[in-house]
Amino acid sequence: MDAFDYFAPDNLSEALTLLATPNKTSRPLAGGTDLIVQLRETGLKCDQVIDLKNLAELTQFQSEGGKGWTIGAAVPCSEIYENAEFASQYPGIIDAASLIGGIQIQNRASFGGNLCNASPAADAIPALIAHSVTCQVASKSGTREVNVEDFCQSPGKTVLSEGEILVSLKLPATPKRFGAAYQRFIPRNEMDIAVAGAGSSVVLSEDGKTIESLRVGLGAVAPTPLLVQEISDKLKGKEVDSATFEQAAEIARSYANPISDTRGEDWQRVHLAGVLTQRTLQIACERAQAAL
Amino acid sequence: MKTYLKTTINGEDKELLCEPRQSLLDVLRDELELTGTKEGCNNGNCGACNIMLDGRLVNSCMVLALEAQGKQVETIEGVADTEGLHPLQEVFLEEAALQCGICTPGFILSAKSLLEKNPNPTEDDVRLWLAGNLCRCTGYDKIVRAVLESAKRLSESPQSEVAS
Repeated sequence: MDAFDYFAPDNLSEALTLLATPNKTSRPLAGGTDLIVQLRETGLKCDQVIDLKNLAELTQFQSEGGKGWTIGAAVPCSEIYENAEFASQYPGIIDAASLIGGIQIQNRASFGGNLCNASPAADAIPALIAHSVTCQVASKSGTREVNVEDFCQSPGKTVLSEGEILVSLKLPATPKRFGAAYQRFIPRNEMDIAVAGAGSSVVLSEDGKTIESLRVGLGAVAPTPLLVQEISDKLKGKEVDSATFEQAAEIARSYANPISDTRGEDWQRVHLAGVLTQRTLQIACERAQAAL
Repeated sequence: MKTYLKTTINGEDKELLCEPRQSLLDVLRDELELTGTKEGCNNGNCGACNIMLDGRLVNSCMVLALEAQGKQVETIEGVADTEGLHPLQEVFLEEAALQCGICTPGFILSAKSLLEKNPNPTEDDVRLWLAGNLCRCTGYDKIVRAVLESAKRLSESPQSEVAS
């Protein structure tokens, strides 16, 4: 690993100033499970690493009193799934947080880092899409919000420009009769990168028989995680049954545009996009019905 | 540029100078000569370098040493006390839950953190928790059985260290 300077500022404005230091390349550090490996193994160069874990905005994790929750970008997966109150409201997020890496990784890796690493196969992102999350971005010149489905632009590239960081994730309150789920396919039981993944959420009618609204996010089947808007548009108002799930799968397959690589062939990923859409929608519906 | 680091390792305050690019694993082994923590893959897959950082199990190869500033670090050297080996260490020896031994410190730390959270794990709980620890010798069975046996012994002696 090449030499770099390390800073761990304890206020956001100092961090943003450091990140914008002229003529220096800076890398923000959260859990380090991607960054430290990239610095060591891929020859990634940087002049300074800015550790964000002393910043209250990045480590906050709290309910906004009926208006949803805020998760700081550096909060590790285990802190997220250990919060019982949160877990009962955001099941899709919990599914994803519980299957990223092993315990050692979950104790460090953050959803913010997963987003900023912008892997097409990131497990957190389809779940965040299903839960309609908004990203809070800050730089020295101000703040802005980005919908999570628009955050990644291409493999390894996000909407963040020089000097900007992802501060936190805003999760809208989950309505009544809401359910969500995330699943991925891997050839092992644990500790692997998704061949394909899907996150789904639904809001059901009062009798639990009709889908009032739904969202499906796909992972590892395109250069970035995808929101399949056509599923939301075409299938709202449909019955909770296997025909609806199959229609969703068919639409999902039509949006999958994967590559073939060591993890899977393109045709397999297209197939998996359908299967995982079907399964996660079904689980999301079952979870919503269980809460009726 | 060397930077001042103050951290607590196995209950003892340590002050030293280290480079920002040094991992906590590098500093433990090369600067503090705590070589019980092993380097396996050095990229977060194998768990041989597992330590506890402020009470959470982490891969020390993926932590910069300076991130341990002001924090509590527990390594394999801190697991046994003056009374003797930790029950997990005893059972690993009795049940021969190791062959070459490189993965063992990581497995002990990982299993210890499991038993602190879940004193009565099922076999599935143990296998899931240990998914981030790789062993290329044993085939895992003996390790899993040793952890289950340790849990049994610890739950039969409520005054044990893990319970505290």
